[in-house]
Amino acid sequence: MFDNLTDRFEEIFSRIRGKGRLSEAEVDAVLREIRAALIEADVNVGVVRLFVERVRANTVGEELQRSLSPAQHVIKMVNAELTNALGGENLKIMYASKPPTVVLMAGLQGVGKTTAAAKLALWFRHQGRNPLLVGADLQRPAAVEQLKVLGGQANVTVFSLEGDPVRTAVAGVEEARRIGRDVVIVDTAGRLSIDKELMDEVRKISGSISPNYTFLVIDAMVGQDAVNSAKVFNEALSLDGIILTKLDGDARGGAALSVRQVVGKPISFVSTGEKLADFDLFYPDRMANRILGMGDVLTLIEQAERTLDKEITEKGAKKLKGGKFDLEDFLEQMQQVKRMGPLKGVLSMLPGVPKEIRNADINEGELVKVEAIISSMTRAERSNPDMIDGSRRLRIARGAGTTTAAVGTLLKQFKDMQKMMRSMGMGGPSATKKSPNRAISKKKKRR
Amino acid sequence: MTTEFIVVIAVLLVVIASTIYLVSKRGRSTLSIPAKTAGGSTVVSSSAAVAPTPDVVATELLIPPGDLKKGVRRAGLSFGRLFGNILGSDGSNQKVWDELEETLLLSDLGLELSTRVIEGAKKALEASGQRDGSAMANAVRMELRGLFVEGERDLEYAGESPTVWLVVGVNGVGKTTSIGKLSAMAAADGKKVVLAAGDTFRAAAADQLQMWAERTGADIVRSVPGADPSSVVYDSIQKAAARGFDMVIADTAGRLHTKSNLMDELRKLRRTAEKEPAHLMEVLLVLDATTGQNGLVQAREFAKAAQITGVILTKLDGSAKGGIALAAEAELGVPIKLVGIGEKVNDLIVFSPDEFLDALLEVEPQYGLSDEDLGAN
Ligand SMILES: Nc1nc2c(ncn2[C@@H]2O[C@H](COP(=O)(O)OP(=O)(O)OP(=O)(O)O)[C@@H](O)[C@H]2O)c(=O)[nH]1
Ligand SMILES: Nc1nc2c(ncn2[C@@H]2O[C@H](COP(=O)(O)OP(=O)(O)O)[C@@H](O)[C@H]2O)c(=O)[nH]1
Ligand SMILES: [Mg+2]
Ligand SMILES: [Mg+2]
Repeated sequence: MFDNLTDRFEEIFSRIRGKGRLSEAEVDAVLREIRAALIEADVNVGVVRLFVERVRANTVGEELQRSLSPAQHVIKMVNAELTNALGGENLKIMYASKPPTVVLMAGLQGVGKTTAAAKLALWFRHQGRNPLLVGADLQRPAAVEQLKVLGGQANVTVFSLEGDPVRTAVAGVEEARRIGRDVVIVDTAGRLSIDKELMDEVRKISGSISPNYTFLVIDAMVGQDAVNSAKVFNEALSLDGIILTKLDGDARGGAALSVRQVVGKPISFVSTGEKLADFDLFYPDRMANRILGMGDVLTLIEQAERTLDKEITEKGAKKLKGGKFDLEDFLEQMQQVKRMGPLKGVLSMLPGVPKEIRNADINEGELVKVEAIISSMTRAERSNPDMIDGSRRLRIARGAGTTTAAVGTLLKQFKDMQKMMRSMGMGGPSATKKSPNRAISKKKKRR
Repeated sequence: MTTEFIVVIAVLLVVIASTIYLVSKRGRSTLSIPAKTAGGSTVVSSSAAVAPTPDVVATELLIPPGDLKKGVRRAGLSFGRLFGNILGSDGSNQKVWDELEETLLLSDLGLELSTRVIEGAKKALEASGQRDGSAMANAVRMELRGLFVEGERDLEYAGESPTVWLVVGVNGVGKTTSIGKLSAMAAADGKKVVLAAGDTFRAAAADQLQMWAERTGADIVRSVPGADPSSVVYDSIQKAAARGFDMVIADTAGRLHTKSNLMDELRKLRRTAEKEPAHLMEVLLVLDATTGQNGLVQAREFAKAAQITGVILTKLDGSAKGGIALAAEAELGVPIKLVGIGEKVNDLIVFSPDEFLDALLEVEPQYGLSDEDLGAN
């Protein structure tokens, strides 16, 4: 029941794929599945209805009857529809001609406003700007303290006053002007959209600092109510964009679609973790691709670019090709991959990964153990595990704080793995069959 | 995409695949991974071709936001109105059942459970031979009522001190605030409380808890940022035992259930919280009422890692209905014990299924689409 949207579509489309033409009943069945998948993904039922009817209107028409491959047509259409529904123009920040550019953060309690404010500050710094953070959440205990810590991590000054949030916000913008900051980001307290008093307060803040950008922060885990609160915030503050947080979890984030549709404002940024670096622009095509099971290769590539050491990765690639991928390389590469974040996250971005694997119980703690074992081996042992006898095994196990059995299992599994790599034409000693031959023949030729 | 990156990705795939193979608990059943991911790496290069050509169908299918805004109107689907409709309906109740289903869905009850409730209500109605509106209302309510577990919803104190309550959940749901309220509740029961600042990760989390300790007259044990949360909990228990406190309420850092290292940390925390002289009486999962279907996954995973004894459903003072907490109770048998209805110290009430249902069924105006809206497409 709780497969993700990607899986659902994959399942649906594997049924249509290859079929020449769809009957109306089949279309109905497909649409029912799409509806179910979207609802389980927390897309608002009203939005789902509209979305599904749109797809139907464009699916059952004459066009489809005439089209050569109705299945392809449906896939393309749903994909495009999703991309468009999620997308719109990408955010291009237009800096105020008279600095500072004022940014206001708003949203429900606990969605990630303060964290996103600090992330945004860091993002602006990377754009070559010089931001100031303003803590105008004077309600939640230690909220300003939290912002100060995060501001410290981002190397951005945090301004705050005691007492009145409106006055604090105004003074913050003043301060930015005074000390020559070109961007000022105002964090506000979380509030319920049905709380008249607090909505008035944030309206007042907005009215007195006239933000250039107002972002509504929403949590990817949010359910059907997302559209209700988003609409109220939009009416009160006339939003410019949405920041979608906690995408590092496994919530399907269907609310992104409904909120995007209902308030008609673009999703500008995504937050993908608790650390300040876990922040990115929103790409509707990527999101749609991800939803449709095509993986998120672009994000993966960017992440790889950012975090991986090119030399080490290339060395690994060469070793793989040359069939000399040993435990030493494995350790090195594993440490690389780890830098990209939790395995599960990386995995979720890869296309074509079967859901059994995507949902496999990956115990990141086990990784640490594997690392410890390999680290306890000598270089020679790593490149030639066959030399590991009983006493070496004992030494390694002691070093890694584990049992000899665990060491044995790892060695055996790595061997199996090399076998598999060999069958894929990469790595493992016997894959070197060809290379020595080639080497020999080369030598022969040279002679 | 440059070839260079295809190679990089291929290496990644292999390494990831191998790593998973090595650490996966499924052992041999994952043998097929590398082959599959190798296939995946070819998909990498061809995915550009698979990707939609946006200008083919895109423009013609775009839902202009404004259009949708008009389309999505307040449908005012209150049960009262629903059943009013039924009384005047022509005998085919399907449309009403559909609206009813939509109402349940809007509460975040989930598709499967909503369908089950409605099917159940239909059957019960059929059996009773009745078909009027109030009978229908009753049938649905009875179905929903049957989803709750029986029994006590009060929090438990141990006979011997110190009692420990552990509070867990994903990020931002209201754990720390709820602990502040629990602390006040326990104080009102005459208990001397130590709060354990087990969130050593989030910026200023301990400061936040400290303010709640001050507000509620509790003691606090805190450590430095990044410290081992288990040791904080351990120290609190030691302190409580040595100084004659009745109980420890332990805060924890918000964690997504998908992060296995953090879930492991939680397992360890739990073990610490049940060691002598502690009496771990409650492990409370905090669920935010705005949470959608992911809430059920959260409940399942936290139940697995920390054997939760109950749920605190927060932010019910908002417009969200918290239907997912009912889904979690129905599936896992973990009772919703307390409800957060605000940010103040007294905004915590004992959960009552009937009141919850009243609120759930007295659905405020929600977004839905009328038939005209759909016909207008
Ligand atoms: N996993 C994850 N956690 C996040 C993300 N963004 C924020 N958080 C966490 O969510 C919790 C709430 O974040 P805050 O930034 O304090 O949220 P807020 O909206 O300012 O909350 P209030 O000020 O209490 O209304 C914290 O524990 C954050 O560390 C994210 O993208 N992923
Ligand atoms: N309206 C409302 N807000 C709440 C409730 N419980 C907690 N909050 C707010 O939700 C936000 C996150 O709460 P916090 O306790 O820091 O969450 P934690 O990260 O899970 O510890 C804070 O702004 C709280 O004031 C509640 O029942 N109703
Ligand atoms: Mg905040
Ligand atoms: Mg907390």
